Amino acid sequence: MSARELAQQLKARFGELISEPAEFRGEITVRLSDAGRMADVCQFAKKEMGFDFLVDITSLDNYGTDPRWTVVYHLYGYGHHCHLRLKTGVSEEKSQLPTVSGVWRTADWHEREIYDMMGIRFQGHPDLRRILMWEGYPYFPLRKDFPLAGKPTDLPQVAFTRAAPEEGGPFVTRPGGQNSTAREPRAHELESDERADRGIAKNL
Amino acid sequence: MAAKELNIPDAAAQAAALSADMNPQSPLPPGAAQELTDIQGEKMVLNMGPSHPATHGVLRLVLELDGEIITKATPDIGYLHRGDEKIAENMTYTQFIPYTDRLDYLAPLANNVAYALAVEKLMGIDRQLPPRCQFIRVICCELARVSSHLLGLGSMAMDVGALTVFLLTFTEREKIYNLIEALTGARFTTTYTRIGGLSRDLPPGWAAQCRKFLGEVVVNIDETERLLTRNKIFVDRNRDIGVISREAAIDYGLTGPNLRGSGVEFDLRKAHPYLVYDQLEFEVPAGSVGDCYDRYLVRIEEMRQSVGLLRQCLDKLPGGPDNDTREPVDIPDGKTVLPSKRKVLTSMEELIHQFILVTQGINAPPGEIYFSAENPKGELGFYINSKGGGTPNRLKIRSPSFCNLSILPLLMPGHMISDSVAIFGSLDFVMGECDR
Repeated sequence: MSARELAQQLKARFGELISEPAEFRGEITVRLSDAGRMADVCQFAKKEMGFDFLVDITSLDNYGTDPRWTVVYHLYGYGHHCHLRLKTGVSEEKSQLPTVSGVWRTADWHEREIYDMMGIRFQGHPDLRRILMWEGYPYFPLRKDFPLAGKPTDLPQVAFTRAAPEEGGPFVTRPGGQNSTAREPRAHELESDERADRGIAKNL
Repeated sequence: MAAKELNIPDAAAQAAALSADMNPQSPLPPGAAQELTDIQGEKMVLNMGPSHPATHGVLRLVLELDGEIITKATPDIGYLHRGDEKIAENMTYTQFIPYTDRLDYLAPLANNVAYALAVEKLMGIDRQLPPRCQFIRVICCELARVSSHLLGLGSMAMDVGALTVFLLTFTEREKIYNLIEALTGARFTTTYTRIGGLSRDLPPGWAAQCRKFLGEVVVNIDETERLLTRNKIFVDRNRDIGVISREAAIDYGLTGPNLRGSGVEFDLRKAHPYLVYDQLEFEVPAGSVGDCYDRYLVRIEEMRQSVGLLRQCLDKLPGGPDNDTREPVDIPDGKTVLPSKRKVLTSMEELIHQFILVTQGINAPPGEIYFSAENPKGELGFYINSKGGGTPNRLKIRSPSFCNLSILPLLMPGHMISDSVAIFGSLDFVMGECDR
């Protein structure tokens, strides 16, 4: 059975909820019009269609358009060796959809990562905590409106971040210096560390 | 002076008396519950890592212990999080290749190949790769697999007390690093592949050196097996420890040797062959019990299969070892692969291509793809969402170590704390890839 047939089977069961399967580079993608039904669809796909392996869940930030979030599920079946991609849009006001961690246990960490990186919440998740960033970090770094350099944050006694230098930073040798000591990258690091220390001292 | 009567409370007798009281008919007298926990002892919370030699990097585990038995394990990851996915959104596809070295830093060549294939799939050029390029990429993947498994087995054996094996496998691994250095110019940070090709062809004499190494490494693998496979201490410490059932392995998204150790005969090189794996012969080993010992056996056998694959590739290499017939290793398309320096300096068109490629990158079509390759640690996948142009809109790395580690809360409880090192060693994870 091919992935396209499986997608048609899903459409036959759920009707209007599932879009026509789209193909790109031999991969089949279907869209769900209602993110709230994601868990039902996944349950059906696993139990009735043999998609026993959830490869990955990820999310996209379509900054400036509505719905802002797209959540992408990659399904695979060890029995029929077919991939299927499920996509659904989630609006920024809602930023929430049902968890599938009850369907596949591996979804637990994937959903925590999406929450950590983009701030989309999963309803009914057993333990929705940050996973890569630390507890108490105030931002969601993979959002498009989060700058690449980062934002300075402070969690006294626990962790801190400073915006990272993108060029001319501590690890970049500056060309054209008078001598090798001035060009030495670590010379700048000391300098910026001192400045940062003074900044932190002022805050305290 | 009257002898004072000593009152030594017999802890076991008290506990027995108290638990006999613990039934609904006779509710505990006030304060007895407190007394009971005092006798049975409190559970201890132990932090393992992030800097612990057995956690292979910066994994932190919060263990709840009842004596020496683990009752609960909570992994805490993210100590090596560098925001690779965010970085990828801000640079061209080619510029991201060096970052893939730093995912699974024990098999950088395999990561390079997987990433290049993912971008090529997005471009629709993965079927146009010249055969020589495909064979060399398979050689890269398999060398990386042997190297990664040598380290994985060496450190696993060392953690359970067999230091000799570590020295043996590291000797062989050093030879692989010498080969990789001759091939790419670097030992660790290889950055060998390019979108649509390779950074360079095999250097002269490299294939002969590689053959010599293959002859030596099989001897070494046999020696390692003789030291471990029937070693009573090693078997006792690994057999029936960390048993992952077939269902749990699939449910938790385990891939690679950890999945196959649980008896699922699944290998992406067989199920969805990429490069020239469909022209090569190899077997997919699988375990039956799913314990640490099975995962060890699977890795040993995979190394032997990889050696076989390497030999076949060297035999079948189009153009011969030193490329006497001048087979290309890059796609002949100036809009994808950088032209040679000589042509850039003498020809207008190549100069334009070079300028566009360096400043804007390759022109990928809008669309989305997911490509995964069978890496030493499991299924390394790249999901690329493109809006067209030289940079991805979103690049998600599906890392095998991340999923493999998520089973720890299920796996650890009930084991002794000394079993944890055997479990870590057999899961063979890399935090650079887990945290990205």
